[in-house]
Amino acid sequence: MLLSDFGRIGFDPFLEMRRMQQEMNQRLGGLRTDAAQEFPPVNLWLGEDSVAVTAELPGIAPDDVDLTVRENTLTLKGERKAQDETSVWHRRERPNGRFSRTIQLPFRVDPEQVEARVANGLLEVELHRPEADRQRKIQIKG
Amino acid sequence: MAQELQTTDRKVPSKLDGSERTRSRQVFVPRADIYETTDQVVLLVDMPGVASDGVDITLEKRTLAIRGYAADQQRESYRQIYAEYGAGDYERVFTLSEDIDRDGIEASQKDGVLRLVLPKAAPAKARKIELKTA
Repeated sequence: MLLSDFGRIGFDPFLEMRRMQQEMNQRLGGLRTDAAQEFPPVNLWLGEDSVAVTAELPGIAPDDVDLTVRENTLTLKGERKAQDETSVWHRRERPNGRFSRTIQLPFRVDPEQVEARVANGLLEVELHRPEADRQRKIQIKG
Repeated sequence: MAQELQTTDRKVPSKLDGSERTRSRQVFVPRADIYETTDQVVLLVDMPGVASDGVDITLEKRTLAIRGYAADQQRESYRQIYAEYGAGDYERVFTLSEDIDRDGIEASQKDGVLRLVLPKAAPAKARKIELKTA
C-alpha cells in the first residue's frame, strides 16, 4: 500500500494519510455489527412454488408498513416513530426513523397472490410463483 | 440510573447468574430504550415474536429481570434459505439505582415491544425536629 504511488508522482504524505484513515475505518467498521445490520432483518423460507419472507418489525403497527411486489423483488417500507417525550435518556439502542428495504426473491412472483400478516412484531409475507412459471410433470406416452 | 449487569451484544446468547437453561434455544439480549421523566422511568424493550403471555418480569430489590419467550418459528413444508435473525428467547437484567414504587409498575406488550413504566417512589420526607422548650 505504501509503495503504490512512490515512483509515479513522488510521495504524497497526505494521500497516504487519507488512505490509512480509510483503511482503518473499514477495519473498525466491521466491529460494529449492529450498525452494519440492515433494518429490518429478514429470513427467507422456500416452499414448493412459494416463498415466505419474515421480518422483525417490533413496534410497528400493521398499517405503517408498505409492501410492494415487482417481478422478483419485494420492497418493505415504513417508519418507526421516535419517542418525542422530553426526558432524560439512559439508553437508546432501538433504531427509529424511516426504513426501506428491497429483497430479491429466488423467482418471479404473482402480485395477485400475496398474503401478509403481522403478529407480535413479526411480519410474514407469503408469495407464490405465477401459475405459468410452475413446473409441470410431463407424462410419457407408452 | 439503570445499570446493566452484563454488557453483551444483542445476538450473543446471554447467561444470567451462570446457570444453565433447560430449554435448548438461543437466548438474545434485546435492544432497549430507557428514559426518565420527573416521576417515572420508562423501559421499552424490543422482543419481536413474543406475545403478551410470554413476558416474564421480576423485580427483586433493585434487580429488574426481563424475560421473553417467543413462539416457535418453524414452518411446515418450508425450508429456510436465508437468515438474518435467529429465533429464540430474550433475557436482560438491569440494576435500578432509584427506589421504585412497586405497586405502581405497569407493563404492556404490543407489536413485539414491551413497555414498562416504573413510577419513582416518593422521596422520604424530611422531618423537622422541634426542640421542646423546657
